[in-house]
Amino acid sequence: MDETIVKTEEQEFLEEDICVAENLVYRKPKTLTDTDLHYCPGCGHGIVHRLLMEVIEEMDIQDKVIGVAPVGCAVFAYNYMDIDMQEAAHGRATAVATGIIRVLPDKLVFTYQGDGDLAAIGTAETIHTCNRGENILIVFINNAVYGMTSGQMAPTTLPGMKTTTTPFGRDVKITGYPLKITDLVAQLPGTYYVTRQAVNNAGNVRKAKKAIQKAFQYLQQKKGTCFIEIVSNCPSNWKMTPVESNKFVEEVMLPFYPLGDLKVPKEVQK
Amino acid sequence: MKGNEALAEAAIRAGCDAYFGYPITPQSEVLEYLSREAYNRTGMVVLQAESEVASINMIYGAAGAGKRAMTSSSSPGISLMQEGISYIAAAELPCLIVNVNRGGPGLGTIQPSQGDYFQATKGGGHGDYKLIVLAPSSVQEMADFVRLGFDLADKYRNPVMILADGAIGQMMEKVELFEQQPKGGTIPKPWATTGKTKDRERNIITSLHIDPKIMEQINLRLQAKYREIEEKEVRYESYMIDDAEYILTGYGLGARICKKVVEIGREKGYKLGLIRPITLFPFPKKAYADLATKIKGILDVEMNSGQMVEDVRLSVEGKVRVEFYGRMGGIIPTPEEVLEHFEKTFLKGE
Ligand SMILES: Cc1ncc(C[n+]2csc(CCOP(=O)(O)OP(=O)(O)O)c2C)c(N)n1
Ligand code: SF4
Repeated sequence: MDETIVKTEEQEFLEEDICVAENLVYRKPKTLTDTDLHYCPGCGHGIVHRLLMEVIEEMDIQDKVIGVAPVGCAVFAYNYMDIDMQEAAHGRATAVATGIIRVLPDKLVFTYQGDGDLAAIGTAETIHTCNRGENILIVFINNAVYGMTSGQMAPTTLPGMKTTTTPFGRDVKITGYPLKITDLVAQLPGTYYVTRQAVNNAGNVRKAKKAIQKAFQYLQQKKGTCFIEIVSNCPSNWKMTPVESNKFVEEVMLPFYPLGDLKVPKEVQK
Repeated sequence: MKGNEALAEAAIRAGCDAYFGYPITPQSEVLEYLSREAYNRTGMVVLQAESEVASINMIYGAAGAGKRAMTSSSSPGISLMQEGISYIAAAELPCLIVNVNRGGPGLGTIQPSQGDYFQATKGGGHGDYKLIVLAPSSVQEMADFVRLGFDLADKYRNPVMILADGAIGQMMEKVELFEQQPKGGTIPKPWATTGKTKDRERNIITSLHIDPKIMEQINLRLQAKYREIEEKEVRYESYMIDDAEYILTGYGLGARICKKVVEIGREKGYKLGLIRPITLFPFPKKAYADLATKIKGILDVEMNSGQMVEDVRLSVEGKVRVEFYGRMGGIIPTPEEVLEHFEKTFLKGE
């Protein structure tokens, strides 16, 4: 059989001049497995997974890191991250992480949790873990809904926001106010580095990555709890296209959850 | 030594790596003793958690990291731990859980009880799972079962529960302690999450299997493991059963009362014997079945409304009359009242 592949001029150009090692700016980190992600198109979970694994690859700490996956859309995080991981019960990830770091104090332990997981059923575990100053990184994905169970109200749902359990918009008189748990944990003496980031555009993605890098460095120095909130999207349950959802993050979520550091280590403060 | 203290001392000596717990009467001495003694002697991690929910999940994390982890609590606290226990059983993590049972339901009383037999032996949390359940009836056994419990947990990758009651936890008796064992036990745990090194695939601790076909396979494997445990790990004590016409039975403190009943009954000329299950799961079914055709009756004594008696009845399959005597709410039956009940039901034919 004739196996000659006919290439277009453009393909030839790309192969010869651009697709060379020196020009490589983007590839999948080796610390991500080849498993296809199950996340909906445009969802922030995939981006944050990638950032975490990029940092772990670049810092060459794959053999030191142990992750704890949540109950929520990221329940299968361990299928994608090529590191040792434990799957915790709903809300209990930081207690599980406490168990791990206490017996393996030289490892780098992180939890990856949604708002329902971390700020509703797991509020007590979250606050007490931060207050004890456990030397772990908590990555907190705030998409303002329960993604996995198809879009019910989360503690972080904005006032007036429609969800399947607030079909007329969240009425704070009935359901209470959005819980800014990141502001709360920033007040606790056990937390060392608390920051709010987003992944809705390229600039913010880069900043989020920086924050993750810093957090792992602080863990290596055994500084205490690092807490990174990432304001994210849920196009499926917000019933928006990915582009619309990122616009919603920008225009509606970020004014309510402003980005930036809430607690910076004293040494770093000017 | 107090039962709870013997248990705590044994945990240090059994090479326990970590204890996570939350205070509740009548077992708070365990956390207190370990906070005082453990770290300086072996470097064992001891942490008071914010709740029982947190402490059982800390056990999950530490056990998943390949360490010997243990918690203790009493009835209402164990109820809170049921979520975590189900996850631990499903993820097949070895650990030791101690329930120094008090009177319930609800907040109940802090007095000794055996009301948690069903919860301990029939699952307790959601799903089809079993714990290996050991029932000490002396302070000596409070200590010995810690080492045995850890060994069984490691061997079967299964949570083990020591089901004692408030009286065994609080009573003082002489105890002979075993030598200090190496930390962490001797069984290798290549499945543990200790950081993925280049020479192996990543280790994942999970209880999630979305595909029902896989979930059924996991369940079948678990059930096969439980059957193996039922074949190999049954433990019980028998006392004066060779010529016995009637058998008294009970576990833990209940069995001690029964032993006394056998002794005073024998003085009165009744041919009484005793069977005491040491493992509540696996339940010594055969021991009862073997006796069923040789004796006239069994009197089961418990500090509850009649929980283990169901297993005794299932074991003898109706071949012999089984009666029950129990007190609840923290009341300990006296040997005299048990003997009187025996005479009334079996000898006077009431
Ligand atoms: C004990 C318990 N309660 C409820 C659930 C159902 N549940 C699964 S995921 C979830 C919400 C997760 O939402 P969030 O943490 O915000 O993560 P997301 O899916 O949005 O990423 C709930 C309520 C559960 N699995 N366990
Ligand atoms: S449901 Fe929402 S949070 Fe979950 S994967 Fe889809 S877009 Fe992402």
